[in-house]
Amino acid sequence: MIKAVLSGDMPRSVVLASILGLILFCLALAPFLFPGVRTVDTAARICVFVVLVASYDLLLGYGGIVSFAHTMFFGIGAYGVALASTHLGRGFDALAGGALAGAGVAAALAFVIGLFSLRVRAIFFAMITLAVASAVAVLVSQLSGLTGGEDGLTFQTPRELGPAFKFGDELFGVKLNGKLLSYYLVFTGSLILFLLMLRVVNSPFGRVLQAIRENDFRAEAIGYRVVRYRVAATCLSAAVAALAGSLYAIWLRYVGPDTTLSMEIMIDILLMVVIGGMGTMYGAVIGATVLVLAQNYLQNLMGAAGSAIEGLPVLPQLLDADRWLLWLGVLFILSVYFFPTGIVGRLRRS
Amino acid sequence: MTSPILATEGLTVRFGGHVAVDAVSCAFQTGELTAIVGPNGAGKTTYFNLISGQIPASAGRVLLRGRDLSGQSVSQRTRAGIGRAFQLTNLFPNLSVLENVRLVVQSNAGQGMNLWSMASRHAELTEAAEAILTRVRLIGNRDQTVSELSHGNQRKLEVALLIALDPAVYMFDEPTAGMSVDEAPVVLDLIAELKEQRDRTILLVEHKMDVIRTLADRIIVLHNGALAADGDPATVMASDVVQEAYMGRELEDV
Ligand SMILES: Nc1ncnc2c1ncn2[C@@H]1O[C@H](COP(=O)(O)OP(=O)(O)O)[C@@H](O)[C@H]1O
Ligand SMILES: [Mg+2]
Repeated sequence: MIKAVLSGDMPRSVVLASILGLILFCLALAPFLFPGVRTVDTAARICVFVVLVASYDLLLGYGGIVSFAHTMFFGIGAYGVALASTHLGRGFDALAGGALAGAGVAAALAFVIGLFSLRVRAIFFAMITLAVASAVAVLVSQLSGLTGGEDGLTFQTPRELGPAFKFGDELFGVKLNGKLLSYYLVFTGSLILFLLMLRVVNSPFGRVLQAIRENDFRAEAIGYRVVRYRVAATCLSAAVAALAGSLYAIWLRYVGPDTTLSMEIMIDILLMVVIGGMGTMYGAVIGATVLVLAQNYLQNLMGAAGSAIEGLPVLPQLLDADRWLLWLGVLFILSVYFFPTGIVGRLRRS
Repeated sequence: MTSPILATEGLTVRFGGHVAVDAVSCAFQTGELTAIVGPNGAGKTTYFNLISGQIPASAGRVLLRGRDLSGQSVSQRTRAGIGRAFQLTNLFPNLSVLENVRLVVQSNAGQGMNLWSMASRHAELTEAAEAILTRVRLIGNRDQTVSELSHGNQRKLEVALLIALDPAVYMFDEPTAGMSVDEAPVVLDLIAELKEQRDRTILLVEHKMDVIRTLADRIIVLHNGALAADGDPATVMASDVVQEAYMGRELEDV
């Protein structure tokens, strides 16, 4: 049963299985285990980023294709929901329509980019995605009439997903309101999307992608049309990234360039996939969890540590909360150095 | 004679000013094993590259069952029936031995675009791959990662991938090069078996004269990219051009 759900791709390490089980347990019960606006928000962000990073892993870790346009596809999904909700009114039909349209547009755009550039060389694709993503980011901030520009768009989701909607009193001290439903929409959507991707990478198609990553020349010589597979992987990955964006927009009830399109998020995705372990899918779960937690709590932790050792020379300055990015960088270098195959690769080896 | 399955007409490729394959016209019949010989740099591998489509021809064409293959990609030619084992081992290094062969079987089964089913559940593909591994005596290395295999076993796997593909036209490029004396016979026996089937066309680049003598129905000689001799083994081996050009040396080795 579990084997079928995981598409036969078992964690293959007791420690890894335990960590994954713990993450699943915490995310599934986050509103009850860690009640609080900020913690539930962190949990939702982890859910969305797991899907986003997994869809990037499909491309990079399995297909060996480097793309810098992943946040663009993420953004397309988010803006799709925002625009649909703004113009069609708050409703589940607007959410579904916006999400599907976003995924469709993302896949179509990926198809065009892929068809033009993947024929040439995979590295050409990386450059084109960088150019297109930058152009789209500029376009979004320029077309402020439609997109809200730099301010983004705040919109309303169905009443059932808002804090004002109550469907019961309290359960274990947690208010049964629309925000709770909204969290479970994000959680369930993310879980389904992740399992679907796990299915894809373990399908015959996923095996071909691995073969192409390993040796595209030979993959072609045994009869696989390499370009077709690369383009298909790009489209699929873009569509899933867009759906992750839709979930994120539903959760935030807001979209803006900073939350979806920025280069910083693109770098986060790269860090998450590398730290977690490329070409493993489970690496996305671990990478996203570790990094989102670090981003949210490292600052606080360092602030606390900094004030604890006040009076000592130099150290407090190094631990100043504003230096957290520096420490994140150090963490990244260390993890790449010590775990070149990522956390998952490391755990599977020992 | 029946119409040839494979033919090249004035096939030529130039690299800068250097003509690597020079107007080679040759036809191959089904069931025939043709040895292609010539000194290093004669253009044998390049001739294969032109036939299987890895490099485009500067002039001339390749015909498969009378159909012009110009403009067709490598994968299209592969699916049309031209298969190739490479002189320089060319595998999927970080995948298992079984997975390497399974990928070929899966390609033949047309399952590549299947996104939904679990690859591990396709028992028929796995079994077919295992059968091939048994034939090339690699079944004991089934789950090993290719990069961990010995050189000789990698060469065997190279041949196994072509056998798994089972094309109408087999092209072997020095299949036993770098193999030990006890490994080479496994591969040569497989080639002999294929020849016995009499429904496959085999092109074999090989330096060892004893091998050629036992296996070849016909020999063609390439020299500086051009076709220098073409005929049955006895005649070609005895011909002056071959004796002088380089074969004298090789024959003395035997
Ligand atoms: N891609 C290439 N670019 C330039 N020269 C090449 C290329 N491929 C082969 N050659 C040249 O073509 C000639 C024939 O090479 P090759 O076909 O490998 O010979 P053989 O297989 O008979 O030993 C050699 O001189 C080689 O250097
Ligand atoms: Mg050669």
